[in-house]
Amino acid sequence: MTGHSIAGPAIRVRGLEKSYGKLEVLRGVDFDVTRGSIFALLGSNGAGKTTTVRILATLLKASAGTARVHGFDVATQPADVRESISLTGQFAAVDEILSGRENLVLVARLRHLKDPGAIADDLLRRFSLSEAAARKVSTYSGGMRRRLDIAMSLIGNSPVIFLDEPTAGLDPEARIEVWDAVKELAGHGTTVLLTTQYLDEAEQLADRIAILHQGRIIVNGTLADLKQLFPPAKVEYVEKQPTLEEIFLAVIGGDKSNAIGTTTGGQG
Amino acid sequence: MTAYFFSDTAALTGRTLRHVTRSMDTIITTAITPVAMMLMFVYVFGGAIDTGSVSYVNYMLPGILLMTIASGISYTAYRLFTDVKSGIFERFQSMPIARSGVLWAHVITSLVANLIALVLVVGVAVLMGFRSGAGVSAWLAVAGILLLFTLALTWLAVIPGLSASSVEGAGAFAYPLIFLPFVSSAFVPTRTMPGPVRWFAEHQPVTSIVNTIRALFTGQPVGDDIWIALAWCGGILVVAYVFAMAAYRRKIA
Repeated sequence: MTGHSIAGPAIRVRGLEKSYGKLEVLRGVDFDVTRGSIFALLGSNGAGKTTTVRILATLLKASAGTARVHGFDVATQPADVRESISLTGQFAAVDEILSGRENLVLVARLRHLKDPGAIADDLLRRFSLSEAAARKVSTYSGGMRRRLDIAMSLIGNSPVIFLDEPTAGLDPEARIEVWDAVKELAGHGTTVLLTTQYLDEAEQLADRIAILHQGRIIVNGTLADLKQLFPPAKVEYVEKQPTLEEIFLAVIGGDKSNAIGTTTGGQG
Repeated sequence: MTAYFFSDTAALTGRTLRHVTRSMDTIITTAITPVAMMLMFVYVFGGAIDTGSVSYVNYMLPGILLMTIASGISYTAYRLFTDVKSGIFERFQSMPIARSGVLWAHVITSLVANLIALVLVVGVAVLMGFRSGAGVSAWLAVAGILLLFTLALTWLAVIPGLSASSVEGAGAFAYPLIFLPFVSSAFVPTRTMPGPVRWFAEHQPVTSIVNTIRALFTGQPVGDDIWIALAWCGGILVVAYVFAMAAYRRKIA
């Protein structure tokens, strides 16, 4: 299986359509995601981001079009696709009643890996959750939950990871923690498809950004490409968030604020 | 992929069982309504009901046990609903596992949780004076029928668990089932009921199941009732399973 489909993009989507009765959610979506890159699907609520991810994760059938993940067709080879992917949903899908460690052990067992306990302990360390390992997840903060959620997605080293709005509802600090985790992932050669409604998030993380609007990809390119296409005045999402964030982080202290301050500072 | 069906189901069952053992209150609340009914009927209404030579607690326990199961399976629907809503159901479905194991884990957990609740209720009944001369085989037969009834109602509970749009909706389907024993031979002999009510009472599943269990407890011959009871349980099981799988396929399609 590992020899399979080394060539070609990690994800290839062609003419993808999805409609519920008369409601057309996706109206012909095309894009490729290069192996080992971070690809951001940017769009407002209802643009069809989650629908796209759910089709790619074999949770939903497309009305028309094709999609291949890691060389496998999502419609005809769903089991192979599931062997190749990990999904982190929009709402942190962790078990509230189990402890953080039990969540990780469960996923490791379901992926049929040896020594689930050791895998869990290693991830708890990497995501700074060791101290909370034995606590019920219902006692975790939003950021801890999302970190656990992402840690669960890393088990089994899937070549392709879907992160559906990984930082929705997180405070700025937790957001940076998640960003760091995603960067580390891509550093190890994992392909990441990320959906987000935050421009700065796409800017921070993505090698390539596609804007999904009303069920179609209207722009697809690198950040530099996009900047040439759109004069800053047209980018209506930005508001003043980065600045507010800088203020917030500066006020609450912590050395991470400096790092983020310098990186976002370049955009204005 | 089916090679892992048993190990995947075992892993997922371990998870759902922890949900039960870590919130024993769900077992207690499952048992509390039937126990309250039992107290009320035995110590308040029971004196006015003529059940012949059988003591009233002996008479009504079978119906109380069915009521326990009916209230227990609403938690099955609730647990499944919570999994679907929280997104963990989708996480499991997107993983390379035997996908139906997610449902089976809930079904097995439902059987275990109901068994614990049933033991609890029987324990209270014994304290209240329930006695049975039933031998091992009769007890096994009772356990078998109760298990089959639980299994049938569990698959019924899977349907709202997968398709309900609110927590209340997921649990509400159980209420008519909890009250079905009232219009049966569970608490009052059906011969005292007026015509149409009596007809309904004698032709609904609870009566045949109650009569069978009562006969087994008292060492009487079970007669045709056991076959009618098994047919009802089997019938409900098959129909509920078909609809549950249809709801499941809609969910994962």
